[in-house]
Amino acid sequence: MKKVIATLLAAVLAVTCLTACGNGGSKSSAIKIGGQGPLTGNAAIYGLACQRAAQIAVDEINEKAGKTVFELKYEDDQHDVSVAANAYNALTDWGMQIYLGCVTSGPCLVTAPMAANDNIFFLTPSGSTADIVKAGSNVYQMCFADPNQGSASAEYIKKKELGSKIAVIYQSDIDYSMGIYDTFISKAAELGLDVVSESSFVTDAVDFSVQIAAAKDAGADVLYLPIYYQEASLILAQCKNVDYAPVVFGVDGMDGILTLEGFDTSLAEDVMLLTPFSADASDEKTQNFVKKYNELYNETPNQFAADTYDCVYAIYQAVQEGKLDASMSASEMCDKLVEQFNTMTFDGITGTGMSWSEDGYVTKDPKGMIIKDGVYVGLD
Amino acid sequence: MKNSNNAPRSNFLSNISKTTRSNFITYGIIIVVYVIMQILVNAGAVSNLIRGQLIPICVFATMAVSLNLCVGILGELSLGHAGFMSVGAFTGAVAIACMESAIPSPILRLILGMLIGAVFAAIAGVIIGIPVLKLNGDYLAIVTLAFGEIIRSIFTNVYVGLDSAGLHFSILNRIKAAEDGKMIINGAIGLTGIKPIATFFMAALLLLVTLIIVFNLINSKTGRAVMALRDNQIAAQSIGISIPKFKLMAFVISAAIAGAAGTMFAENYSTMLATKFDFNTSILILVFVVLGGLGNIRGSIIAAAVLTLLPELLRSVKDYRMLAYAIILIVVMIFKNSPSIQAKMALMRSKKTARKKTKKASIGKEA
Repeated sequence: MKKVIATLLAAVLAVTCLTACGNGGSKSSAIKIGGQGPLTGNAAIYGLACQRAAQIAVDEINEKAGKTVFELKYEDDQHDVSVAANAYNALTDWGMQIYLGCVTSGPCLVTAPMAANDNIFFLTPSGSTADIVKAGSNVYQMCFADPNQGSASAEYIKKKELGSKIAVIYQSDIDYSMGIYDTFISKAAELGLDVVSESSFVTDAVDFSVQIAAAKDAGADVLYLPIYYQEASLILAQCKNVDYAPVVFGVDGMDGILTLEGFDTSLAEDVMLLTPFSADASDEKTQNFVKKYNELYNETPNQFAADTYDCVYAIYQAVQEGKLDASMSASEMCDKLVEQFNTMTFDGITGTGMSWSEDGYVTKDPKGMIIKDGVYVGLD
Repeated sequence: MKNSNNAPRSNFLSNISKTTRSNFITYGIIIVVYVIMQILVNAGAVSNLIRGQLIPICVFATMAVSLNLCVGILGELSLGHAGFMSVGAFTGAVAIACMESAIPSPILRLILGMLIGAVFAAIAGVIIGIPVLKLNGDYLAIVTLAFGEIIRSIFTNVYVGLDSAGLHFSILNRIKAAEDGKMIINGAIGLTGIKPIATFFMAALLLLVTLIIVFNLINSKTGRAVMALRDNQIAAQSIGISIPKFKLMAFVISAAIAGAAGTMFAENYSTMLATKFDFNTSILILVFVVLGGLGNIRGSIIAAAVLTLLPELLRSVKDYRMLAYAIILIVVMIFKNSPSIQAKMALMRSKKTARKKTKKASIGKEA
């Protein structure tokens, strides 16, 4: 037994030392961008989308510049708070200079304070909980913070006069849905919208008949769904079964419903959603990105991918305007990037004229979309 | 399941000294590894990845010791140990957040937090232990599994806020702290706004204190009564050992240790989710125990350290790391449980050491 223990301990120490030796690394002429997200596990669809989009953007930039401007590395955090800290540490060991943050909110809440502590610039494509940017002055979001989506939805429903009685079905055990729900309700009260029914469900729910019946019985003519598309698809199908046809209004989590396998897209006809990105937009940038993504991965990019694509380009713009080069330390870069992000405006595929507040929140116009014949059509 | 602790009474004296020696070797290993790692960290010779793993390793080693007390020494299979960890994590973290202004010293706050976490986990242990320990084997495993899930569901729906008016608490109904305060537990978002105060020193100390408690418990009259219950319940009863008393005692101590480890774990990150302490985590801890050896405290610590570190060291193989991790796990399990391999290993050792090995190995040797 002793021998085994001795060997094991020796092995552990040896491996530790080996890993330690890999530390530092040589200085290259490229700026090292690190990102992390769930590349395996349940939420891998989001992490992979971001990784792929970031790679496309980095390759484009390098190709255009004719040299290696950026070097990209993605680490897997399995959408787990403790693995997220490990992934961040692995990235700093690699020598990361700019950090694309985590894809999902929970891990962002772990690594944002770490990045703030190390003074590494943090720009998450899709971590949408409002608390993330409170970690430090170097922490920014590319997506809307959840609360902003809630209030924007309420304003949109009010402005467009979509209906008089609103029912809400939300998911009570994820912060994404709860964050939007909270601000939607308070904004709705402020605007004088009549919310007649509020019901919730938890992860893995498949039967929504109770929630739908509650909405129907209350006579709601607008059904607000601040949830992800998997559940939304079930709700749409079950609404049809009971001949209930309200105006369905979703948020960015609804994006992806059209590409859901086995989903009858006719059910989503006339569904409205508030999302910053539409793969069918006609501008050159979007079309180019969607085409490339399609060629490489044989699927239509979702909003996570689009946000990440914009992240890389926004950083590129700041790098150019701030005259950053790869020889700078992460901390020096961070100070310069913060300066740039607080003042610059950026045109990307998830919005034009984007700007960031010093708090780290993004300002961009949410686009109202309506699904017609299986494609998004702008509402405005 | 057989180790030197339940050797025949005939060589009682020499046995005691041997056990004590073995225990001190374990303490020694922990201290030496701690000192080496601390020196390496101070010298900057350790990568961030490894440095970030030091506290989780100590926490999971503590969890492995705690579960080994329950599974290896008490002989009751618990599949809900992460539940106790969760209770400790959430209560301890709330306590630490509340004490922030009153007690400036983070070390003192952490110690008090761990004690409070341990107390609440112990209370949970009593509540679950009284009905559950009447059950045996599979039934007990299923009930503890359910317990872990219940704890997870509860903490997903708890809201605790702290502001100038005091502590606000609610289940299911969302509440908000006043402007001057903050939410500590925010439902599905979990523990938020923790300022991590866990240190490697405190985590190593927790492991050491746990070891001292567990080793002394095992070698005490109580410990022997607990092991007697494990080995033959009827025989133990016949000599007047109270089943509920000793079973509950071991179970609650195990729960309390898990609670303290949970607080340490939560204080290592700036946020913690109830879903982190799910069934998978319970199983992970059980894997440490099984791999390290039921009743083998030192083995389970080493297993916990290696298996916590392994997935991170495998990052270089990218997407294959989960696969590699699983394969290594399977190979080690087969290797460890194969009588022929064990017999060969036993042959390599002296006769004296070989006698201490598991029954299977010694049978293999004689054959």
